[in-house]
Amino acid sequence: MKVDPKQVEEVARELYVRALKILPPDIKQGFSRLAAGETDATAKKVLGTMIANIKVAEDTENLLCQDTGIPIYNVTIGSGVQVDGVELQAAIRRGCERATREHPLRSSVVHPITRRNEHTSCGPGVPPIHIDFAGGERLLIEMVPKGSGSENNSWLKMAIPAEGVNAIKAFVVDCVLDAGGKTCPPTIVGVGIGGTSDLCVALAKRAATRPLGTSCPDPEGAALEKSLTEAVNTLGVGPQGLGGDSTSFAVHVEIAATHITMNPVAVNMQCHSARRASASITPAGVEYGF
Amino acid sequence: MTHHDFTMPITEAQARSLRVNDTVTLEGTLFGIRDANQIALFDKGRKTRFDMRGHAAIHTAPNVRKVAPSPRHPAGYEPICVGTTTSARMERFTRPMLKELGARLIIGKGGLGKGSLDAFAESGGAYLAIIGGTAALETTWVEAIEDVDLDDLNPESLWKFRVRGFGPLLVAMDSHGASLYDDVDRAARARRDETLAKLGVKPA
Repeated sequence: MKVDPKQVEEVARELYVRALKILPPDIKQGFSRLAAGETDATAKKVLGTMIANIKVAEDTENLLCQDTGIPIYNVTIGSGVQVDGVELQAAIRRGCERATREHPLRSSVVHPITRRNEHTSCGPGVPPIHIDFAGGERLLIEMVPKGSGSENNSWLKMAIPAEGVNAIKAFVVDCVLDAGGKTCPPTIVGVGIGGTSDLCVALAKRAATRPLGTSCPDPEGAALEKSLTEAVNTLGVGPQGLGGDSTSFAVHVEIAATHITMNPVAVNMQCHSARRASASITPAGVEYGF
Repeated sequence: MTHHDFTMPITEAQARSLRVNDTVTLEGTLFGIRDANQIALFDKGRKTRFDMRGHAAIHTAPNVRKVAPSPRHPAGYEPICVGTTTSARMERFTRPMLKELGARLIIGKGGLGKGSLDAFAESGGAYLAIIGGTAALETTWVEAIEDVDLDDLNPESLWKFRVRGFGPLLVAMDSHGASLYDDVDRAARARRDETLAKLGVKPA
């Protein structure tokens, strides 16, 4: 299958707007689960307002949250797909710019030193476009608008082997305490374990943006997900940091092998407006999903 | 736990009557403040023509559409999505917002720190919590963008909104030294060691 960059541009534009307006079904289910189990009166009201907002956004075709985030595109190229990589990147960038101009969306992206906003949601290195490969005749594009409330709460600790897995557990709990209400809880707490420093942070982001209900492919990682999810929800931070049981939808873990002298752990959080959208391009056409 | 319907602006006595866990609904004018416009006002010495005395200011930078000025859109901007950003980044601007510009209420999400709590006590003000990430709902409470200043900082301009039934908002920090965020934070940190013990981690 040969992919036309024009089609990629159109998909990249559509994905940004869709992601900002429609919350994925797994997150909606997560809300129902938390609301059913919440015991705190204020927290119940806060969750109720969040759930009401999802419906208002759909009914009025409006954005769920004002924060259009840093736009992130994750691309998986199937082995049966023919595409010019340079053109692909340029097409995604054009689609992102067009969504911003045509909707219009608030461009939340500025130059890091001059703070100048080009009103395109683009700039040097942004949007980040991550490329991966898989089998099959399919081009998959996932779009994640990453809000700053949660992104500003990102941490990396280069722990050492002598501190063991306990350092990882304590770090996650302390990050949730330090984040308080700033990350717009209930959150998905993404934890990266292992790798190099940059890989560890990337793993945490992947974990934070993974659909609810999925688990770490590594059994040790999956076991940590379970115990840490339970632990952070006993702290009582609650939705918006105003107290309650619903601090996080889940703790997600992703792992990579690391050096014999290293024990890195990174935490990246996703806010309750855990937005993402995806498009699958196959010879049959484009299919949008989450 | 009292509910207050405020038509803005309000007096110092009204601001001081607020207690944490009260709720507030606003009518009339609401100003939009943000990182860049507060850096401009309080670090770079820029001035605003807006009179914020007795008013409420919300931590925001909205999604807007540029349109021809009309009675409905007097500033030439149509509000598309107006939401709230994390307040903590703007902690050090609460004091000058109250002392220099005379604002009474700060609206935001996630809470503010000790400096702001002291400023609320000194000047007579309060922090009203809105539910972050619920901008679609919040937008339905905004009637119009009445005016805009420092618009070279767009979208981080200084916005003047006209609102109707803006709330209920939760009083989360008051002028009597109470902060719901401090209460929750203290209680959560008190549970830290017990939580870690259950994970098999002994306190250091």
